[in-house]
Amino acid sequence: MPHPLVPVPTPETRPYWEGLAEHRLDLPRCRRCEQVFFPPTAICPHCASNQIGWVTASGEATLYSYVIHHRPLKLWRTEGPRSVALVQLAEGPMLVSSVVNCPQTPDALQLDMPLRATFEPFDELTVLCFEPVGAADGEGSGA
Amino acid sequence: MIPSGAMAIVGAAESTEIGTVPHLSAPGLALDAAANALADAGLGPGDIDGVTCAYFPVADISHQLGVFPTWVDNTQVGGCSWMLQLRNAMAAIHAGWCTTVLVVYGESGRSHPTLATTYDGAKAGNMANQFDQFYGGGTPAVLFSLNLLRYMRETGLTEEQLAAGPVNQRQWAATVPRATKRDPITVDDVLGSNMIAWPIRRDMCCLVSDAGGALIVTSADRAADFPRPPVYILGAGAAIEGGVMSPAGMRDFLRPPYIRTSGEAAFGQAGITPADVDHLMIYDAFAHNPIFGLEGLGFVGFGEGGPFIAEGHTAPGGSLPMNTNGGGMSYAHSGSYGMLCMQESIRQVRGEAANQIPDVEVAVCHGWGGVWSACSTFVFSNSRPS
Repeated sequence: MPHPLVPVPTPETRPYWEGLAEHRLDLPRCRRCEQVFFPPTAICPHCASNQIGWVTASGEATLYSYVIHHRPLKLWRTEGPRSVALVQLAEGPMLVSSVVNCPQTPDALQLDMPLRATFEPFDELTVLCFEPVGAADGEGSGA
Repeated sequence: MIPSGAMAIVGAAESTEIGTVPHLSAPGLALDAAANALADAGLGPGDIDGVTCAYFPVADISHQLGVFPTWVDNTQVGGCSWMLQLRNAMAAIHAGWCTTVLVVYGESGRSHPTLATTYDGAKAGNMANQFDQFYGGGTPAVLFSLNLLRYMRETGLTEEQLAAGPVNQRQWAATVPRATKRDPITVDDVLGSNMIAWPIRRDMCCLVSDAGGALIVTSADRAADFPRPPVYILGAGAAIEGGVMSPAGMRDFLRPPYIRTSGEAAFGQAGITPADVDHLMIYDAFAHNPIFGLEGLGFVGFGEGGPFIAEGHTAPGGSLPMNTNGGGMSYAHSGSYGMLCMQESIRQVRGEAANQIPDVEVAVCHGWGGVWSACSTFVFSNSRPS
């Protein structure tokens, strides 16, 4: 039995998780109304079509809002602080994530700042995080 | 539409003890409160034909109550589940499926948090597990507060104004014998308390308690037959937004539309406006929840909720007494506070609250469920519309 805070993919979400494992952000897109949506589910939340395809997203996003978690997060192997954010994807959906590879401070985390997707190890999985555009490539998580 | 005032609460009670109650499990707290509510109404188990609960199987609870119900409800939408259940019970009584419904709640968030319940916070494969909870370690303050910084940016709400809510509610709690925290605090104390999830500090968060509560609702036509003053339900609303744990699904993060939907349903059925409200409860899981509630229910305009609280209008002596038991931040909170929120409204309408507001005729209670994913609004009164 995995820890309840370790994500367990389902048939509907597996393409998303497989994309992350290959450092790609794949999102579900309705074949009927062509809207990209999140999270992945069996039907489109905009038009109720059950014809769902997948697209690889740009990874571009902006920082809508966030908190800075100040307590230890065992599974993230950090004593904190660590941001948890609402991130607005260029393709439309809003999702919960973290902004990494920058100081975890209000000064460094400015609302509306441009972000790009980054792929972080978490337990046995690869999960989606974001980093400021301009953050140095190839550095470990700053969070 | 069920006519305004057609249903009444004829029994209401909390568990005998709240706060830290290690000798009872969550169902035990629920059953203890149910026994107290039955005694309050002068009823026995044989008089009950409808049962609702959340987090445990309703058949288990009915069996333990000695009740053989013809109608049950197990709605689970988080903290306001028992408010939606009460609203559903009104419809069931109106439909003739039952006559007398017991709504029971119990949680042992403090003493026995690992004992089984049926509520899926984050479990393998659900949305909360895959897409929300792991980023913040499951800390409720994280997900519930994700929209706060944007709200502060858009409205100018200051951290000091945010801290005023907990300060005001502690003022109320000072004279509530059953409140867990009664010592006065200042804005500086709140801002100096441990940082949980900036900008949320510890004193801006609700408590973690053991608590139970129960209500008995029946047709208002029968209400005069009971020993206690009836509390008439003038209006009831509810609405769902987003996912159970994901604020990312909200249609509007700053003016959540479901608050207005729920409030308009309740106020509309009751035929009241905010100006008619003598006493107000808004579930305070965190300091910013009452701000959103005041605005969403129409008591103040967008961006005015924080200043309204900071100016003392909801504090002792203010024009709109709110969270007079001290709220989830000072009275008690066990993960799901909706039942305790209603209990204070009912005490106020009955005229028996620790901080009794003079001449309460109309009391409003608004509760939340999940992470900005469900809400419910009730209008209670001691007089039935003619």
